[in-house]
Amino acid sequence: MLLALPVRYVIGDLVTKGSLVSLGNIFVAGISNGAIWALVALGYTLVYGIIELINFAHGDVFMIGSFASYGFFGTVGLTLATGALGLVGGLVLTLLVAMLTCGALNVMIERVAYRPLRNAPKLAPLITAVGFSFILEDVGQLWLGGSQHGVPDLIRGQAHLFTVFGISIDREDVLAVGVTIPLVILLTGFVARSRLGKAMRATAQDPEAARLMGINVDGTISLTFLIGGLLAGAGGLVYALYQTNIWYFQGFRAGLIAFTAAVMGGIGNLRGAVLGGFIIGIIQQLSDNRIGAEWTPVIVFSYLILIMTFRPQGLLGEEIREAG
Amino acid sequence: MSALQDFWRWRRRDTVLAIGALTLVALFPLAISNPLDAKLDFAIYAVAYSIFALGLNIVVGFAGLLDLGYVAFYAIGAYSVGWFASDHFAYINHGKGIHIGVSGLASTLAGIHFNFLLLVVAAMIIAAVLGTLIGLPTLRLRGDYIAIVTLAFGEIIGTIAFNGDSIKAGRYTLTEGPTAISPVDQPQIPGFSQLDSATSLRGYFWLGLAMAIIVLIVNRSLRDSRLGRAWIAVREDEVAAASMGVPLVRTKLLAYAVGAALGGAAGAFLGSYTNSISSDQFVFSFSIFILAAVILGGLGSIWGVVLGAVVLAFIERYFIPDVLDKINIQNKIGLHFAFADLGFGIFGFLLVIMMILRPEGLFPERRRKIELTESATADESLYEVRA
Repeated sequence: MLLALPVRYVIGDLVTKGSLVSLGNIFVAGISNGAIWALVALGYTLVYGIIELINFAHGDVFMIGSFASYGFFGTVGLTLATGALGLVGGLVLTLLVAMLTCGALNVMIERVAYRPLRNAPKLAPLITAVGFSFILEDVGQLWLGGSQHGVPDLIRGQAHLFTVFGISIDREDVLAVGVTIPLVILLTGFVARSRLGKAMRATAQDPEAARLMGINVDGTISLTFLIGGLLAGAGGLVYALYQTNIWYFQGFRAGLIAFTAAVMGGIGNLRGAVLGGFIIGIIQQLSDNRIGAEWTPVIVFSYLILIMTFRPQGLLGEEIREAG
Repeated sequence: MSALQDFWRWRRRDTVLAIGALTLVALFPLAISNPLDAKLDFAIYAVAYSIFALGLNIVVGFAGLLDLGYVAFYAIGAYSVGWFASDHFAYINHGKGIHIGVSGLASTLAGIHFNFLLLVVAAMIIAAVLGTLIGLPTLRLRGDYIAIVTLAFGEIIGTIAFNGDSIKAGRYTLTEGPTAISPVDQPQIPGFSQLDSATSLRGYFWLGLAMAIIVLIVNRSLRDSRLGRAWIAVREDEVAAASMGVPLVRTKLLAYAVGAALGGAAGAFLGSYTNSISSDQFVFSFSIFILAAVILGGLGSIWGVVLGAVVLAFIERYFIPDVLDKINIQNKIGLHFAFADLGFGIFGFLLVIMMILRPEGLFPERRRKIELTESATADESLYEVRA
């Protein structure tokens, strides 16, 4: 029934409205939302791939990314009045700051909370991850208070940019996809081709053997957390500009959704995480617009259970465990 | 032979210790003069969390199936109270209500009113059925994929509870959503006087403690039973267990069902105590909280998870809200903030610290301890054979 739902919408729209434009708009919004989830999901999948840990703190690292971006807007003086050139420069700078903040934070968390537990029972680091998640949420709450906090709509995200087949593409869509796709290509290239990427794959496969081959396992794990954090930081900035609303609890939801995306795509698989992110983004938009936003979690998680029932390994399986 | 005797002696010492400790715990409320003291509130939560933790321990600790959606059974248990012990179904039986095993005030009210013991049984049955349903799609899955599917079910139940006020059947809604179903009946236990949280919390504590002791005994006998050994075999090596003739499907589903039933019972108790059943209680953090109690206490260790639950209840219900704010240390060192705002952060910090100091849990399971030192013993026996 759930699988038939999108098909039903397509046919229903063709019959009643005679066009797919409205579904097309939902699809575009889903893709750009999904791009943010993909950035966060990559962090989950990278970490899971290498040390088999569900890094519960990751969603909150993403939240700190949004907060750091918001804080940095003020520092560099980005306002709605900033000219185009200044805006682009400022945003690139903010992107770097957010990415570095989250990268450093993620490495620090690994060093403090996960590395001492490397040889402990498998579930022990799960609890320290939860602990850090609580700590970061508290930091966020002290930083910007307990309620939603508005972010200036710097890029005028809703502004219409161009139209394809009657589907309107806005600035925010271009931003989300424009940040995500290059980063994903860069990352997959890095993992697949570079020497360090090879070390990551080796560590993921067998840490002991990797150590014997002269790979610095601890360093490689730190690197993985660094990359995950960098991506979460980028996701944080995009989220802040896209939603123009941030709050300390956003990381919890985002983390849940991104983790779901990573599992849906096949955890440990980079392309799977991106695919899962896009799929969940589209399902969410579809459900928000056609069923009702309050039921979206039920729809998303029902799809997840459905996919898990028929493809227990996730969509892209585990034939090759990339980046672990 | 002497090993067997040792075992029995040890066993008896263990039992004597347990009875002694539980007697002391049972006398605890009498040591507190104010029957509404915050310490009693903490103690009630401690026993409730202990039952939850013991239930989750069966799924995660014994059978090794990581469950991140345990809150679903809290919701089921609490809503059993909300549905069958309040005026939620106010028009039923022409507004006269249905009353089974209740007397006094509750027997005069509209809606369905069942005795607390019936509620617990109902909650356990509904939760067990639901637990089995949740278990079904996870049977083919491995490792952490199980975690995400259970998490998904927990979120689905939580969302349904939240949106339940828009699900209507005739004049009734499924739940009241974030506005609570309240008040609910206070438990009446046959042979004891009516519990009343407005005058004394002691009765609730003893009721919870009695439930916890029953659950503790059930847990112990299950662990040492054929089924318990099957769970542990599945946890250690699924393939080996299956080839030894352990029926995987039945063993796993029973773990889910039993764990769920205990969660339902605890939910019914906590629901009665909080006296308001609102969807805000049924969030993912609750699953994580109970899981933290289990892992912190010592995965699979019965006394360990009880200790874990008590420690976390202490931190959450007493240490952070009552103790830290009274010391007022922050003002003495010249900082101005309220510890209440930092509750989450302190809780997280303590979790990290405790886990790093005791990665095996506060009170590791004996069997696990043996496994951890297994290699040493294996070497020894090898040596003996050679000699």
